[in-house]
Amino acid sequence: MLLDVNAARKIFGGLVAVNDVTLQVPEKAIISVIGPNGAGKTTFFNMITGIYQPDGGTINFNGSSIVGLRPDQVVERGIARTFQNIRLFGAMTVLENVMVGRHVRSNTRYIDAILHTKRFRDDEASSITRGMDLLRFVGLDVKRNELAANLPYGEQRRLEIARALATSPKMILLDEPTAGMNPNETEETKHLIRRLRDEGNITVVLIEHDMRVVMTISDNVTVLDYGTKIAEGLPAAVRSNPKVIEAYLGAGAAAGNFGLEKTEPNSAGGAV
Amino acid sequence: MSQPVKPKRDFTIPVVMFALITFFLKFFVFKGITFIDSMIFLTFISSLYFLITFPMNKYLQIVMGILILFVGIPLIGFQNTSSINVVIDIAIYAALALGLNIVVGFAGLLDLGYVAFFAVGAYLWAIFGSNQATELFGWQLPENGFFFIALVAVLVAAMFGVLLGLPVLRLKGDYLAIVTLGLGEVIRVIANNNPGGLTKGSVGIDSIQQPLHTFTNSLGAEGYKWQSIVFYVIVLAVIAVAIVVTNRLDQSRIGRAWTAIREDEIAAQAMGIPLVATKLVAFATGASFAGIMGTIFAAKQSFVDPASFDVNQSIGVLAMVVLGGLGSIRGAVVGAAVVTSLNLVVLPTLAIEFNNLRQSGALNLPPQFEVSKYQRLIYGIILIVMMIYRSQGLVPASRKHIEVDDAHAGKGAMQGGD
Repeated sequence: MLLDVNAARKIFGGLVAVNDVTLQVPEKAIISVIGPNGAGKTTFFNMITGIYQPDGGTINFNGSSIVGLRPDQVVERGIARTFQNIRLFGAMTVLENVMVGRHVRSNTRYIDAILHTKRFRDDEASSITRGMDLLRFVGLDVKRNELAANLPYGEQRRLEIARALATSPKMILLDEPTAGMNPNETEETKHLIRRLRDEGNITVVLIEHDMRVVMTISDNVTVLDYGTKIAEGLPAAVRSNPKVIEAYLGAGAAAGNFGLEKTEPNSAGGAV
Repeated sequence: MSQPVKPKRDFTIPVVMFALITFFLKFFVFKGITFIDSMIFLTFISSLYFLITFPMNKYLQIVMGILILFVGIPLIGFQNTSSINVVIDIAIYAALALGLNIVVGFAGLLDLGYVAFFAVGAYLWAIFGSNQATELFGWQLPENGFFFIALVAVLVAAMFGVLLGLPVLRLKGDYLAIVTLGLGEVIRVIANNNPGGLTKGSVGIDSIQQPLHTFTNSLGAEGYKWQSIVFYVIVLAVIAVAIVVTNRLDQSRIGRAWTAIREDEIAAQAMGIPLVATKLVAFATGASFAGIMGTIFAAKQSFVDPASFDVNQSIGVLAMVVLGGLGSIRGAVVGAAVVTSLNLVVLPTLAIEFNNLRQSGALNLPPQFEVSKYQRLIYGIILIVMMIYRSQGLVPASRKHIEVDDAHAGKGAMQGGD
């Protein structure tokens, strides 16, 4: 397992935000974490990335524990992320945003920067080259010199992914990558996520509300509700799980056909 | 980005004429130190700003810059030391503003206790470069030990930056401002309390040695003028290094990390930037500029007391940075020049003019009216007007972005641009 979360728990005051959640992510998988608003999905991500420290349980990545590491150290181990509400550096250009992502992978020291040593020049050049590669990958290379704040919404989301990729991650956590997108942009993003895995060899864990996305690209789906894992399994199985339907639509709706009307015909079961 | 490039007008002739005319006016006509004389001098100094701002012949730009800095100003300074002392003070404050600009402008950390590092540098030379050291340790450094201490001050101040920074940098925004305000005062109070007889308390340390003093003294009656020139050259060298260092840091991975932290701390951290370490680097770099300028300040004044390092100084430097434009290197220097010349030249000489008018009976002013007392009011008004009409400062930050042009997009070649 690349990521092995065992009984992770996070408590805010009297609220158990994440209650003994266990999640195993094999290499090169696309795993979705879903659940109603406030289910603890983002808190769960924040625990993995070191923004919050878990109050219990273990988190192992690539064979070693990442509990207690600072967020930047987690990035260095190979976990990158994007945010639910886009958090780009608006005053920097598109390329510079991606270059910030190269921070952990470059070793220019203070003195190198002042003296413009060879190490500095090599580092800058390779940051730019790598940054441009990634921008091409997400289709933003033509916008490289524009300020990130001036990009349209969908492109900002793609830039966030490129910036996360710049840290050379083994695994990427995407927090609602298609939130606020139109169907076209959503399709493109789905395609991009698959390419992350297939071309970039990167394991993907995503939080997503759009069931069309979840059902079609996930290998496996984990459902959280009130901080507790209520279901896990193949997309099709999860979708028909009464507990999941109840969590989303309340008791009584379980008998209905939740999820089906939102899913494209013939795509049940999800593409793998 | 892709706007048509406007043909740039060439300002070579006007700028050169401006510099020459103001220089000759100052040097041959307005030799004195009255309000008008000082204003002419400031106008001459401002030609340096026009020189770097307006598009002009590159070759002449460099020649004029050298002429103004190394011929014009020293000549005027030789005629009248108060002029060159003003430039030295401007340079000292410019270095402080550059340092604080790194902390506040680049990294976005509001530091209200910045003057503490200035005090550290000043006391370092005050103690080791005066009789104070003989009394304390039985030896003291020779006058040229100044150059050594100036370099040591860079490290010591940086160390203090880390020391003071470590506990406070976990705080953000207003909280950080309040705590740094407190720590800044702590340094001043420590100096005032004279621990172990180190700082002589509120009495202050006097007779601080000046570098190359024996040499300038040997030049006879003109020696004190040469002493000013010595300081002038030293501050110019320091400011040049400070500008290069600031620029290069800004244009590196470290500068990008600072900008990232300023823009969004959580995202910066999630992109692998170690928050505390990166902030400490900003704090230490800013502090080191203040440290070295502190030693120069101590030597130039040859007297240091805690009152020179009160919170108003920190606020004053912050005002320079804000006035010039947060995050703008040029702005920091311009802001320092404007505020310093306002404080040290415009208002005092204006006060003298008003006094003369009153005494000659031409103006009937109440004796309570004293222009120099309105200093704070005046730059309060200036700052308010700035906030309303030009909130980005006199020279807004135009961070040089890394641009890759089409031809090089594939190869990832690098090119600076605006």
